Amino acid sequence: MNLVRIKYTKWFNIFKSGMKTDNPIFVAALGLCSALAISNTVENAIAMGLGVTFVTIVSSVFVSLFRNYIPSKLRIVTYMVIISTFTIFVQKFLQAYFPDIYSALGAYVGLIITNCIVMGRAEAFAVKNPWRYSLIDGFATGMGYMFVLVFVALIREPLAFGTILGYQVMPDGFTTWASMAIAPGGFFILGLIIWALRTWAKSYDLEV
Amino acid sequence: MLELFINSILSNNIALTLILGMCPLIAISTSVKNARGMGIAVILVVTITAVINYPIFQLLKMTGTEDISLLVFIITIAATVQILELLMEKYIPSLYSAFGIYLPLITVNCVVLAVSQFFVNRDYNFAQTTVFAFGSSVGWLLAIVLVASIREKLAIYGDLPKGLRGKAIVFMILGILALAFAGFRGLAL
Repeated sequence: MNLVRIKYTKWFNIFKSGMKTDNPIFVAALGLCSALAISNTVENAIAMGLGVTFVTIVSSVFVSLFRNYIPSKLRIVTYMVIISTFTIFVQKFLQAYFPDIYSALGAYVGLIITNCIVMGRAEAFAVKNPWRYSLIDGFATGMGYMFVLVFVALIREPLAFGTILGYQVMPDGFTTWASMAIAPGGFFILGLIIWALRTWAKSYDLEV
Repeated sequence: MLELFINSILSNNIALTLILGMCPLIAISTSVKNARGMGIAVILVVTITAVINYPIFQLLKMTGTEDISLLVFIITIAATVQILELLMEKYIPSLYSAFGIYLPLITVNCVVLAVSQFFVNRDYNFAQTTVFAFGSSVGWLLAIVLVASIREKLAIYGDLPKGLRGKAIVFMILGILALAFAGFRGLAL
C-alpha cells in the first residue's frame, strides 16, 4: 500500500521528473559537453556523474536556503559563486584521493561550473522551492545525468577498449574502434540513443 | 605561434575534438545568421577574458592562492560579459542590437572557462594564451557555422524519420564533422 501512496507524494514526482520526464540530457539537452567528452570509459562516467550530482545537490540547497536574500539582479553571479565553490571542493577531493581519475577528467572537472544542469536547476527550481525539495530535485537531476553517462559509457568502452571498468569483455581478436574513444563516438552514440528514445516515446521535435 | 593558431582551429578544434560549448552550439545552430552572431560574440568574449585572466592568475600564483582560480575566473568572466554588454549598448548600439542577445548566454558557454583553464594546465605564456584563445574561438565559430549551414539545408531538402528530427540529427551531423576533423590530426604540427 505504501508503494502505491508514494507515487502521489511531491517527493516522488520531483524525483521522477528529474530522472525521466525532464531528464537533463535527453529531454532538455543540457550538460552535453561533459556527457560527450567523459563517457568513453565507465569509470570516468561514474566519477563525473557523482561529481555533478554532489555539486547540483549542495548548490541547489544553498541557493534555496538563501533564496530570500539574493537580489534578483545579482542572482546569476551568486549562483556562479556558490557553484564554483563546491566545484573546487570536488576538484580538490578528486585530486587528493583519485589522482588517476582526476588526470583523466582534466579540465572537465572545473567545467562543472558551466554545466548548464547545475545552473538550470538553481534557476528553474531551487530559487522557488524550500530546501528539502531542492535537495531531492538536485539528487534526481544528478542521477538522471549520471544514468545517461554510464549508459553511453557502457556502449562506448567495450567498443573503444574492449573492456568494462577495466575488465576484458570482448573476445581476444576484437579490433578496437579508435573513433569510439574520441569525440565522434560520443556524438553518434548519443544521437542514436536519442533517436531510439524519441521513436519509442513518440515525442518528436517539429523543426529540423 | 602559427602552429598553435592552426592547431587550435583545426586539429584541436575546441567544439569538435574537445567537445566544448555544446549547449549553445546545438541551441543556436538553427540558422547561419544567428550562428555567426553567436560565434563572433564568443570570439570577442573568449579572447578578452583570456587576456584578463592571465595576469590575474599570475597574481594568484604569486600569493599562493591558485586553488581558488576557478572561482576568480568565473567572476572575471561574468563581470567582463556584463561590462561588455553595457559598453556596447552605450557606444555601439548597432552592434549591440545584432550581438547583444547572445552576450548573457556566453557566461555559461564552457569554451570561455575552458580556455582559461587550458592556459593554466598547459603553462602557456601571455602571447601563446592570446593566440590560443583567439584560435580556439575561431574554431568554435567555424564549427557552429558548419553545423548551422547543414541544418539550414536539411530543413529545406531533408526527409528525415520523425524520431531523428531535432537533436538526434544534430548529433549525427556533429559526429560526421568530428570524424572529418579527426582527420586533421595528421596535420598537427
